[in-house]
Parts: sequence; C-alpha cells; structure tokens
Amino acid sequence: MSILVYANTANKEIHKSAFEAVSYGAQVAEKTGDTVTAIVAGEAQNLDSLGKYGADKVLHLTDSKLNDFQPTLIAKAVQAAAESEGASVIIFTHDLSGKSIAPLLSAKMNAGIVTGAVALPNMDSDFVVKKAVFSGKAYAHVKINTAVKIIAVTPNAIEKKEYGKSASVESFSADLGESRLTVKEQRIESTDLPLTEADLVVSAGRGLKGPENWGMIEDFAKELGAATACSRPVSDMDWRPHHEHVGQTGVAIRPNLYIAVGISGAIQHLAGVNQSKVIVVINTDPEAPFFKSADYGIVGDAFDVVPKLVEAAKAMNISAN
Amino acid sequence: MKILVCISKVPDTTSKIAFTDGNTQFDSNGVQFIINPYDEWYALVRGLELKEANGGSVTVINVGEAENDPTIRKALAIGADDAVRINTNPKDALTAASLIANYAKENGFDMVLCGKETIDYNGSQVAGMIASFLDQPYVSNASKLDMNANVATIERDIQGGKEVLEVEVPFVLSAAKGMAEARIPNMRGIMAARTKPLNVIEAAAIEDSTTVVEYELPPAKGECRMVSADNPAELLELLRNEAKII
Repeated sequence: MSILVYANTANKEIHKSAFEAVSYGAQVAEKTGDTVTAIVAGEAQNLDSLGKYGADKVLHLTDSKLNDFQPTLIAKAVQAAAESEGASVIIFTHDLSGKSIAPLLSAKMNAGIVTGAVALPNMDSDFVVKKAVFSGKAYAHVKINTAVKIIAVTPNAIEKKEYGKSASVESFSADLGESRLTVKEQRIESTDLPLTEADLVVSAGRGLKGPENWGMIEDFAKELGAATACSRPVSDMDWRPHHEHVGQTGVAIRPNLYIAVGISGAIQHLAGVNQSKVIVVINTDPEAPFFKSADYGIVGDAFDVVPKLVEAAKAMNISAN
Repeated sequence: MKILVCISKVPDTTSKIAFTDGNTQFDSNGVQFIINPYDEWYALVRGLELKEANGGSVTVINVGEAENDPTIRKALAIGADDAVRINTNPKDALTAASLIANYAKENGFDMVLCGKETIDYNGSQVAGMIASFLDQPYVSNASKLDMNANVATIERDIQGGKEVLEVEVPFVLSAAKGMAEARIPNMRGIMAARTKPLNVIEAAAIEDSTTVVEYELPPAKGECRMVSADNPAELLELLRNEAKII
C-alpha cells in the first residue's frame, strides 16, 4: 500500500507547497506503515529532491499533453497511479492546482475528500482531518468514511519534516485520452513565490493614496524578504495587479507574518488573512477595526513610519537571515 | 443556450460564527442567510448576461430543504427563469454534486456554472465533482467567460497571472472575481420571482463520504501590543525577539 502525493510544479520547478504535501504524506505513512509515492505532471526538473521530504518513489508523467495544465487528464493519470500503487490516501495542495484536480478525482473514485486541511489526520480510531471553515473564522474536524481518502493541504499550514530519503524517479504513463480544453495563451505577470506560499507578507491599502507610493512598501518587503500584497480597492483601482489581492474575493493566505499598512480591516479582508500567525497593523486611525485582530500595532502615518521601518530593517540586516 | 447555475445558501459574511449541540451544529440563531456571493455575483450574473446576449434560459439549482426557498427566490428576482430545489440536506459535497449532475444529465445543459467556493465550508469541490460525474471539461477559478456560437473563451487565474482557454459546450466552470458585476434585484424582478417556477425534486439516497464530527472556534486573540510611531524600530525588535518570526 502507499500514500500518493500529487506534487505541483511551476516553471518546471517543484513547488514549495509540494514539499509540504510530500512531508504531510510521509508523516501519515509513518503511522500507517505505507510507502510514499509522489507524482509529477509535465516537464519538471530535480524530481529526486522530493525524497528529502519523504518520497520513496517519484512517478513522472512525461506525456507532452501535460505540459499545459489539463486537470481532467491529470486526474485520470493520478487515478491510474493510485490504482497501480494501491493508494489508500491521496494528497494534494489546496491551491489552484489541487482545487482543479482533487474534486475530479474524488468523484471518479468515489473517495471522500477534505480540502483546506490545516493539520495531520487524527487516525486514533477514525480518520479525521481538521480544516478551516467559515472563511477562517472556525475549524471543522471531518471524518472521511470511504476506503480511499483524499486530502488537499493548505500551503504554510504544516511543519515540513525532513526525511532525507533518496527517491527513485520512474516515468509513468496512463491512457489519458484527449482533452477538450485548449490552452491559447498564458500571461504570467509575476514569477515570484505565490502569495499563498510566502512566509512573510507586507500588504498595503487605500491609505497609501496612490500607486506611485508603493516604492516604500516594496523596499520594506525587500528588506524583510517578504512578498507584497494589497487590499481589494487597491486591486480594483488597478494600483496593483489582481494576483496581489488578498481577502475574500482574492486569495486567502496564512503566512507567519502579515503586515497591513493603511488597510482598515473590513471583514472581507480579514477573511483572507485571519489565519496568519502574527498580524501587524499600521494605520493612522486608532479606531481601525483591524487593530482588534492584530498582535502588534502602530498608530501612525505610513509615510512617516514605513521609511523608518525600512531603515531599521536594513540596520538589522533581516533579509540575510 | 441552456445554462444551469448552482447556488448555495450561506450565512451572511458578517455573521457571528457559533455552534450548538456540543459543537456539532452551526448556530443559525439570528443569522441572515444569503446566496453564496461567488455563486450570485459571478456565476449567476454572467449566466444572465450570456442569456440576454444570445438567448436561451438560466435555471438555478440548489440542494437543500424548504427553508432555502427564500434564498432561491432571490436568484429568480435577480433574473433566473426557473429554479430547482433537490429536497435533502446534503452532508458532503459529493452528495450535492452527484444529485446536481443527475439533474443536469437528464435535462441537458450547455454549461453548468458554480462559484469558486462557498464562504461557509470553503471546499472548492462541487463544481469539479459535477464535471467529473458528467464527464465534461472543467475550468476552475475563471475570471472571464465569452461565448462565440458554441465555443467559450475563458480566462482563469493561474499562479502569478492568467491563462486563456477555449472549450466547446458542454462544460462546467467555477467563477471567481472579474466574471461579472453584482446585480441588485429591482421591484419588477422581485414581483416576477413570486410566480416563476421553483420545482422541488425528491433526492435519491446517497451515503455520506465525509461527516463533520465537531466544529471548533480558534482561541481568542490577545491584546494588540502597541508600538509608538516615534520608534517603529521597536516593532522589528519585538518581531525578532518576542514573536521570533524575522
């Protein structure tokens, strides 16, 4: 028997969140006594690096049809792999890839699924997975009743454990059929680490008054080694690109540190960031609702405070850590 | 063009989240329920725009009990032609998706539109499952949908950008921000909704693939520790030495 992990790639590299998913699978396998098989679709390099986080074996789907992201075909291939490996648990990352593929597989295999998992399953008697619900305002402990179980793990939620195994890489093929989706164009605006996987995030809102003032936010993020994000109005006004928008209608993130500058903290914004481990709020208005959800706060003008933070971060040489 | 839009009933975004019965049930006391925003703002409204431009019909479907009817009527007020409610309280996404897929199979639609996720369970599951049950192509997190005869051009979010896809009908899509602008129902729509058909279908029994054992609220946040604007460097010291995250 095995635990099968779909390892997501971007720009032919294994994703940070894929290592987390493999480590999650390996920690489950420690309890069940299974082996860990990772599966990678399309062109990618350094597949053996998955061994470091616990993969015993890597199946590489080299069919050129998969060089474009084709969820239906990938689901077919993962199902074939799950059957040939005798997989009892199948792990995905709860990001755009996992959200596309995992539900397809769940319906195909009639396998119970929990998406957005934030902890290892409790396998004491049943198989129960904790997930975030109500847009981060609560958790649910969900029992999976079927023999084959699917879990999609939230990025940044799981402590990565190192195993230092050497994984064998094998090519794997399955009858994929043809996709009816044709990819016409890809427009990549940013090749940075996706926001959902960033450990530190500096975010700013309308309080910055205009897109020309983002230089200090970018400087601050650079000094911390952080990613940049923004609130909805800022993305709606095209001050910042859409993929930086965090909140209910944008992306939900859970970094170790979320610094919000000039964002009041509307409930829709909180829904996207309330899972962050530490929240810092910098705002001119001491009554801004965001302070209620913050761990640290500064009441002050961003144009005064942020440049001082940039200087202090430089002096502390933070990004070098 | 026959369009099916799946709508879910969820607590309003600003609702206080609490649980009863030993943390096994959501406490709906005093909670205002709405159509799941992604289903309403993006999937339903884009469906209506396509119908207005190209002709056809928009049917909304919900899996739930009679208490959902006022929420479903709102979708009719916004402009859907008719509604279907499959009469059961589904415990998991596979059940809801399988019931919707069976209805879609029997009635034949050019496209099934869903929101990208519900704001209560945050699963992002039902749309993909419907596609799988119907054996139709699936596009998730779509931010744009245009039709040219039978061919859809769809933009979807990918890591750090967008992807443009083409697919012929039928297909299943989950809708994200950018797809359409929310519409507020007008008085004429609200009046018309009263007499539009809302058909109730009994549900086939399906075994639950998952069961919520217990809900849990996160621990309350402690006090926010304030740092003086005169000495912002102290913030970084605290983040390094107290929070130990930088």
